[in-house]
Amino acid sequence: MMVRDHAIRYGFIVLLFGLIAYFAVAADGFVSPQSAVFIFQSVAITGVLALGVTATLVVGGFDLSIGSVATSAMMAAAYVMVVLEQNAVVAVVVCLLIGAVVGLINGWLIVYMRVPDLLATLGMMFLLVGLQRIPTEGRSIATGMTMPDGSVANGKFGEAFLALGRHRFDFFVPNLVPVSVVVLIVLALLIWFFLEYTRFGRMMYAVGSNERAAELAGAPVKAYKIWAYVISGVFASIGGILLAARLGRGDIASGNNLLLDAVAAALIGYAVLGAAKPNAFGTAVGAVFVGVLLQGLTMMNAPYYTQDFVKGGVLVVALVFTFALSGRGRK
Amino acid sequence: MGTDAVFRVDGLRKSFGHIEVLGGISLELHAGEVTVLMGANGAGKSTLVKIISGVYERGGGTMQLAGQDFAPNTPAEAIRAGVVTVHQNINDGVVADLDVATNLTLDRLSGSGVPTFFNPGRVRREAKAVADRMGLAIDLKARVSDLSLADRQMVAIARAMAHRPKVLILDEPTSSLSSAEADRLFQLIDRLREQGVAILYISHRMSDIRRLADRIVSMRDGVVSGVFDNKPLDYEGAVNAMLGRKIHLDRVVARNSAHPVLTVDGLRLAPGARPFSLTLGAGEVVAVTGLVGVGKTALAETLFGVRRPLSGAMTMDGRPYAPSSAGEAIAAGVFLVAKDRATSGIVGDFNIERNVSLPFLKRMSGLGVLKRRIERAAARRQIEELAIVCRSEKDEMGALSGGNQQKVMVGRWMSQPARLFILDEPFQGVDISARRDIAAKLRASADGRATLLFVTELDEALETADRILVMSEQTIVGEHRNEDIDLERLLAEVAGGPLHSAA
Repeated sequence: MMVRDHAIRYGFIVLLFGLIAYFAVAADGFVSPQSAVFIFQSVAITGVLALGVTATLVVGGFDLSIGSVATSAMMAAAYVMVVLEQNAVVAVVVCLLIGAVVGLINGWLIVYMRVPDLLATLGMMFLLVGLQRIPTEGRSIATGMTMPDGSVANGKFGEAFLALGRHRFDFFVPNLVPVSVVVLIVLALLIWFFLEYTRFGRMMYAVGSNERAAELAGAPVKAYKIWAYVISGVFASIGGILLAARLGRGDIASGNNLLLDAVAAALIGYAVLGAAKPNAFGTAVGAVFVGVLLQGLTMMNAPYYTQDFVKGGVLVVALVFTFALSGRGRK
Repeated sequence: MGTDAVFRVDGLRKSFGHIEVLGGISLELHAGEVTVLMGANGAGKSTLVKIISGVYERGGGTMQLAGQDFAPNTPAEAIRAGVVTVHQNINDGVVADLDVATNLTLDRLSGSGVPTFFNPGRVRREAKAVADRMGLAIDLKARVSDLSLADRQMVAIARAMAHRPKVLILDEPTSSLSSAEADRLFQLIDRLREQGVAILYISHRMSDIRRLADRIVSMRDGVVSGVFDNKPLDYEGAVNAMLGRKIHLDRVVARNSAHPVLTVDGLRLAPGARPFSLTLGAGEVVAVTGLVGVGKTALAETLFGVRRPLSGAMTMDGRPYAPSSAGEAIAAGVFLVAKDRATSGIVGDFNIERNVSLPFLKRMSGLGVLKRRIERAAARRQIEELAIVCRSEKDEMGALSGGNQQKVMVGRWMSQPARLFILDEPFQGVDISARRDIAAKLRASADGRATLLFVTELDEALETADRILVMSEQTIVGEHRNEDIDLERLLAEVAGGPLHSAA
């Protein structure tokens, strides 16, 4: 049916514009540069994590640990710069390594130990949430804090590092585009190109669609799956670096919403343009969608507890769009 | 041995949509007799069993049990009436986490007249009665999950017998058993036979059939193609009736091979199997035939590097060939069009073009980036060469018929030159014209490589091959040139008669 096909293909994009229009009218100040910056900031970090988890969705898996990898990376960056008094470069390298190592462990658990993906990454999530609190006995990290062994941490966040969170580029309007958005756009283009145009991305889709067929076509399926989780882990740690740069401290209470936001963005991505499969462009649109929604609700003074409700509702609608209406579902 | 039919089926029909799966089946089961039902995959055996056991409703015809009309609406009704089925998948017949005694009395756990409170003493007593009647020597307190597969099957059969059925249906019961365990099963079946149960035994294994059968019924394409009950039983006739001989459509002119491409020496596929050797030459098409379960897929997977043989060596073009993965086999020029394309071949999310290019993405890329023009050209060439019916190479696989889907699978592997081209049951679910197209293409392109087909239907072998090898019990038992072929000897080999060495 024509109407149904159009509804599926363009439904979410139309919904997005409709949402922006609604908030423009209903919330004062929604259409303003400052508001746009807020949206960009939240979209960027969510989007980076969502792009990473998209890789695991493509191979037919699911990485639930991304939120805690991001917060662990954030805490690690703070620890490295404030407690160990290293510079920004060392902090970034350590974070990326953490992301890669967690991804490798997730991949090993899932592929070699045959733990189902959701359970393995869920377990890893709990592990990391606990682990990140151990070095500071559960406290946030800031310059001048007292460590458990009595010493005082005197390091501080490097200027270069903070620039990652603070600097803005001019784009039509002065100081509009934060660095994090540029990072998001670059990573989105990379992942999009990788999945659509390289043989590795193509084979990853094959693994997700029919693992046995991919294996009999000569693909090293185990390696592909592990790489997907490594990508997810590294992207999550990049998100953690951006988060640390924005906050300027290792805030133990931050980042609890990251998992839900990122997963919602990635799953909304299935529904964009009738893709019915995980894809980079859809994920980016999904991240914008989530960011716009949250900003609009905040500016309309909606209580914080309704936000999760709305996010969850949007997620369910997105999944219905994909699986029930288009009749061509994955998994 | 009873003479009256305890169970009778007359003109049974069943269709799914417009596909007629059973076209009028008539058969009889007698008390105290084992009737073996033989038929190739797709002949309609499992549909027949499902109708008898109450899972499906029949579309036409009648069934009678002990002279009364038998028309179960549910499996529970069939069981209550006295017709019990033991499934091929043994684990479907037991609850693994419960103990043996509870399993034996499982069907008493629900239904009318069952007390609300579970009485372990009563359960043990009833279970012991059942076990004794069957001569079952298993600890009743043991957890079923701790038992071997063969013991679990014993429990499943004992549970079926607890209902004191008139008819017992056993569906491929020895497919997961060793020969010692199978012997134990046969002794049990002898005991049941003495107790007057009418047994319907479904199997492909000629050794089982020779040991047990009092009568053989062969099925083919949804009808009974032969009933064999004169002693001594005509096993070859039964196999012939099952595999059938359709009219010869294409005559094959058997060619000799130029030089050997692959040699296999002393290959052993399974414990207890006889090692065998074979040679495949360039320019020839060889078909391997044999009943289901004789080891055809095992051999195909061994040649493709997906399975390790127990012993033996392979050489290709004079060099040792021992692939440890599909990737290595493909790199050596060995390609496999696998059985069951839906599970092992077709990537459902990809269109025709992307399915065709799948194993050769590296050859179609530069620095990791796919060259879409090359991919499109390869797909278009295969669509043309194999006459695939579609609108374009961008069509989704789900829109194609079975025959065209298989052509895409064949096209995938024909898109690059091979040294050894293997096809496992390539004509499964493929219409006759697609079959002819594929067979013609295989023969036309056979020069410069060895081609090996695994088929169950003799027709397919006779219409495509220069040489036919017969497998039985995980080894090769015969070889024939496809010219003035001795069909009787071929059938005897398929039916597991006297073993010839591969000539």
